[in-house]
Amino acid sequence: ALMGWGNRLLKTYERRVDSRTVYVGHQPCPSTQAFVPPKFCDNRIVSSKYTVWNFLPKNLFEQFRRIANFYFLIIFLVQVSDRPGDPDHKKIKVGDIVEVLEDETFPCDLILLGSSRDDDTCFVTTASLDGESNHKTHYTVPDLESDLEVLNATIECEQPQPDLYKFVGRMHIHKDGQEPAVRSLGPENLLLKGATLKNTRVVYGVAVYTGMETKMALNYQGKSQKRSVVEKSINGFLLVYLCILLSKALVCTTLKYVWQNQRGQDEPWYNQKTQKEKEANMFLKMFTDFLSFMVLFNFIIPVSMYVTVEMQKFLGSFFITWDRDFYDREIQEGALVNTSDLNEELGQVEYVFTDKTGTLTQNNMEFIECSIDGFQYKYQDSRTELDGFCVTDGPVSKLQQKAGREKEELFLRALCLCHTVQVKEAGQGVGFADQVDGVDVASAVEQRGFIASSPDEVALVKGAMKYGFTFLGLESKSMKILNRNNKIEKYELLHVLNFDPVRRRMSVIVRSPDGETLLFCKGADSSIFPRVRQEEVERIRMHVERNATEGYRTLCVAYKRLTDEVFARVDAELREARLALQDREERLVAVYNQVEKGMNLIGATAVEDRLQEEAAETMEALQSAGIKVWVLTGDKMETAKSTCYACRLFQRSTELLELTVRTLEEGGRKRGERLHELLLDYHKRAVQDAPPPKGGVTRTWSSAAQEYGFIIDGTTLSLLLNASSDVVSSNYRSLFLQICQNCTAVLCCRMAPLQKAQIVKMVKNSKGNPITLSIGDGANDVSMILEAHVGIGIKGKEGRQAVRNSDYAIPKLKHLKKLLLAHGHLYYVRIAHLVQYFFYKNLCFILPQFLYQFFCGYSQQPLYDAAYLTMYNICFTSMPILAYSLLEQHICIEILLENATLYREVAKNAMLRWGPFLCWTLLGIFQGLLFFFGVHCLFGNSALQDNGQVFGNWSFGTIVFTILVFTVTLKLALDTRHWTWINHFVIWGSLAFYVFFSFFWGGIIWPFLKQQRLYFVFANMLSSVSAWLVIILLILLSLLPDILWAVLRKPRGPHAQQVPFSLSAHYWTVEVPAMFL
Amino acid sequence: MKNQGTTNRPDNTAFDQQRLPAWQPVLSAGIVIPGFLLVGLAFIGIGVALFVTSRSIQVLENDYTGTGSSVHCSECVNPKTTPCTCQLNFSLSALFQGPVFLYYGLSNYFQNVRGYGSLRRPSSSCAPYQYDQNTTIAPCGSVANSMFNDTFTLYQLVNATRKTVPLDGKGIAWWTDYNIKFRNPPEVDGSLAAAFNGTVKPVNWPKPVYDLDPTNPANNGFLNQDFLVWMRTAALPDFWKLYRRITEGEYASGLPAGNYTLEIQYNYPVANFAGRKSVIFSNTSWMGGKNQFLGIAYLVTGSLCVVMSAVMLIVYAKFNSPDEDF
Repeated sequence: ALMGWGNRLLKTYERRVDSRTVYVGHQPCPSTQAFVPPKFCDNRIVSSKYTVWNFLPKNLFEQFRRIANFYFLIIFLVQVSDRPGDPDHKKIKVGDIVEVLEDETFPCDLILLGSSRDDDTCFVTTASLDGESNHKTHYTVPDLESDLEVLNATIECEQPQPDLYKFVGRMHIHKDGQEPAVRSLGPENLLLKGATLKNTRVVYGVAVYTGMETKMALNYQGKSQKRSVVEKSINGFLLVYLCILLSKALVCTTLKYVWQNQRGQDEPWYNQKTQKEKEANMFLKMFTDFLSFMVLFNFIIPVSMYVTVEMQKFLGSFFITWDRDFYDREIQEGALVNTSDLNEELGQVEYVFTDKTGTLTQNNMEFIECSIDGFQYKYQDSRTELDGFCVTDGPVSKLQQKAGREKEELFLRALCLCHTVQVKEAGQGVGFADQVDGVDVASAVEQRGFIASSPDEVALVKGAMKYGFTFLGLESKSMKILNRNNKIEKYELLHVLNFDPVRRRMSVIVRSPDGETLLFCKGADSSIFPRVRQEEVERIRMHVERNATEGYRTLCVAYKRLTDEVFARVDAELREARLALQDREERLVAVYNQVEKGMNLIGATAVEDRLQEEAAETMEALQSAGIKVWVLTGDKMETAKSTCYACRLFQRSTELLELTVRTLEEGGRKRGERLHELLLDYHKRAVQDAPPPKGGVTRTWSSAAQEYGFIIDGTTLSLLLNASSDVVSSNYRSLFLQICQNCTAVLCCRMAPLQKAQIVKMVKNSKGNPITLSIGDGANDVSMILEAHVGIGIKGKEGRQAVRNSDYAIPKLKHLKKLLLAHGHLYYVRIAHLVQYFFYKNLCFILPQFLYQFFCGYSQQPLYDAAYLTMYNICFTSMPILAYSLLEQHICIEILLENATLYREVAKNAMLRWGPFLCWTLLGIFQGLLFFFGVHCLFGNSALQDNGQVFGNWSFGTIVFTILVFTVTLKLALDTRHWTWINHFVIWGSLAFYVFFSFFWGGIIWPFLKQQRLYFVFANMLSSVSAWLVIILLILLSLLPDILWAVLRKPRGPHAQQVPFSLSAHYWTVEVPAMFL
Repeated sequence: MKNQGTTNRPDNTAFDQQRLPAWQPVLSAGIVIPGFLLVGLAFIGIGVALFVTSRSIQVLENDYTGTGSSVHCSECVNPKTTPCTCQLNFSLSALFQGPVFLYYGLSNYFQNVRGYGSLRRPSSSCAPYQYDQNTTIAPCGSVANSMFNDTFTLYQLVNATRKTVPLDGKGIAWWTDYNIKFRNPPEVDGSLAAAFNGTVKPVNWPKPVYDLDPTNPANNGFLNQDFLVWMRTAALPDFWKLYRRITEGEYASGLPAGNYTLEIQYNYPVANFAGRKSVIFSNTSWMGGKNQFLGIAYLVTGSLCVVMSAVMLIVYAKFNSPDEDF
């Protein structure tokens, strides 16, 4: 079943499979026939995006990804820079022996050959690589001569690969006449470029990877640029506007030649052509005319929008960094923004993929309570009391005597014996052990450390310890227990009946000190209850169910006495099964199932994997915001499921659809068939039979409809994705996606990191291209963080890899709520409004200029003065929208956080779809028409002053432009819901600046201008009452649709309640009679 | 550097935390309905004032193209008859309130085409009217070359004798154009003609620029007011330009009732581009010349606002019933 997956792994591995040979100190070795100095890359690191050589093609490619940057073609922002570094570092070649002093950073990846410390170690800190600031110990290659001058060795190691924590190599040490000695090399021998030497005077190492091949450099590569939906919308709109531009130019060119065909219009005597124009080719003239129109109308393309958008994103992202709510006292850090390109994407998230361990939970299992023979025992200490988990009164350090001493001790012995925990001596460093999801390396070591494959086993052993039974360890097949009376009991471990996810239980068979053979079994309630005496079940079932409801992970413990005959038979069967060459697993399980029968139930335990702070609230908020939450974990299903219950992703009423190895094997048929059957069944239940979603916002969130939760595990997923044929596979995929989309929550357990990414990719590419967000804290989440549209890293304890690869990093899961619901929502609204506004304001800017062509013989006469044309986007209308796009809070943050459903209002790119775009465009057209024809009607008689003097074309343009600037600025003022002093300053300041500039520009004879065409035009305009009146009239008329919209739009949602509408209504009822009387 | 515990902690400023005090205006019905009503009423008021004012402005327009429906000056249409003088008789039954402005109007005349006002590329060039046989033209360019050159003389017929109505050619151009924007070259030996030495007159002009107004030496050169008026290019292809003001003597208060003759020296050809010429007598008010548009627009907008406030009131009253709180 895992073949396809394995293949993929192999493929990626193949690239790395060949190794490199490094000659230490470049000394030829006797064993190699001919010493050919191998060629490795030099030690330069190019961190700039462009080099001199690839600048043009690479930049062009990058730029053309944005259609608009066609305009930027001529702009060359050349950044060519090498990382500043010691010039000597560049000369280091692979095989050189490098000396590094204390507090220096390593110039390349080195194999540690010698250290000034006596114990052949050195300390480094990798803070600049992965953020872990603790000192790590690295070891020299064992048994080397101290004199490196005479060392003659070769190193074979893998080809460069980006994983910081993996390294495999061998060192062959050649001595005269002897067989070369071989030493194995691991990550503990490798000093990484970028790390810093600490507490060690000097070390010597041989360079194995240099320059762009170092692990650090490899890690900085390969991040492809993520693009937001907004950018895609912009490109769409831009295309429309390009079409408008082209059609405008075409229309004008065509009409120009049609018009010129009329008598006397081509070359009236008063405006004769120059000699050149007369001689010019007709088609060439047409073409130049077309181009001239393009130039005249090109302001319709909001080039300045790109600058503003970039500024908005860059400056706006500071608000995330600055937010004190994201500050975590423990790690003394706030949020981190790695890219500002995706701010608005945070407001569009439809799927959240979250890691479990370390993200949803603290990865910190704790024994909460147990139930022995139907009596509840709750262990209390100050910590649990602080957290308010305890309801029983008084601190109790000893068991209350309820169930009888014998039963209690049996239970505790069972806890101490039935596990696969190993004891680790105190003080031993964790070293380089790689923490993998769900495999806890004895996180909290008290006096003694425990190592287990699952942290809850540790929790149980520790729980037993609190009640007086301490597991001392396994020594030559015997388990030692320190009992309550401080006596050591020894049990002989006869067999371990391993845990597997299908049986969902494990057992041990031990021989007690008094010679009895006992089987202890622990497992999930569902797998234990059928195998014990029923009358015992009822007493405990209640406790188990209650604990499960509270999100604790419950296990039941049972035991069985084995008579000697039975044991002898079982022992024989087990041995036989273990030696079997075929179907070993199945035969073992058969024996296990046979022996784990007719047991006595002793009790149950409840272990809590503590959730992160406010994990449940966060998940609940996300769900009510219409976001689907998927938990992707490498952990076991039971653990993950209980976490899902604990953080309320699954409710008690949720019907779980399980697609795991367990359910696949239930039917006893081939997995493939069963998978097909289950998929169809679930699809029927969750998709076909589900009531059609009611219109509007009331969705499955309401309690009325049956909720479904979906569980799938890694094995089944690969079975599903790699079905026999492509057709079946794509069919399964779509079934799977449909089921998942109808489930409130989805749990994917036993996922390999790459599978997590696969799931994200599958959802990302599904119908409608939903926006995905991945959140995780560990190295195993990096792949999904990179894959999702938005990757969030948790600044957890597990190093910094997730943070480094993320787009945003937050200290805790709970911060996700504000990040999405408040920041994301606001950013989206801001940038969406920004984009629409820019297109709108350029449309109503250029439309009058287009209309003017119909009245000036299609002669490309600009309506506005060149200064106005240039300044419009740069000075007059740029600042208010920038301030708006940074400060606007159409709904204030508190309300956004309280009402998660508000997030749905902007879902699916609501403000940048074609509908709103059309509205904005129509508004722009309406206003453009109004500006032009309003002033045109006014100029029916161009004598606008009482002195009878007439106004010319520049007055016409200036009046239109004045109306335009005021209208678009006031339109923004109408849209602004959140007026800080900055908004006031820039809005009124912009208008004042326009007036001031116009006076200034028209008030002086500018020596560098050939024509003083705007001289006193503005001042003269203001001296005309009619001009004033038309300006006021047209501004009001242009804004009328907006005012009406603002009034008539029914105030929706709870944000409307912040301003008590009934209050204003109250005023109104008082006011009406007063007005009409 | 702050103490260790708060090194990385973001500053607690209102700006950083997006908590700047803000005014959150809401366009509620309680504000908008009375607002609309007030604005509407104000607009209606202004509209009425504009409308009444505009109606009181007298305009007398006569087309003298000589072709088509125009009967005046048909004798001058043939370009061969130069100079051609024609007469336009009209009578006023009542006083034409002064001050009266005399405009000439041209239609289908595109003063606003690009390239007319020396915008032709290369922009520094006045081509094709920069040089006349290698001598610089002053003033150069198409606009100057095509300056309107019909002249009008107005007579009142009093007892069958023609009495000249004095036409004032001062103050017809913008004050800034006359006093600041346009400058004559410095006079040489007290003579403007000498200042223009080395230049030739525009091709179509009968007289050089320093000799435009023989009656008034201050009205010559680039400072000739007719020239300035012409140089202020019109916005639209149908336009009026101010020709003279009637502000002097007994006509300062207006043209009294009676018969008048306007003698037109018909020089300016418009027939070949289907243009039309007219002459207009008009007076002005505080709002400028006659323009019905503004008054009507204000009345319509004002009424619209009032109607909308009424509609909103109805909608509001209907939907704001006590049981439904929105």
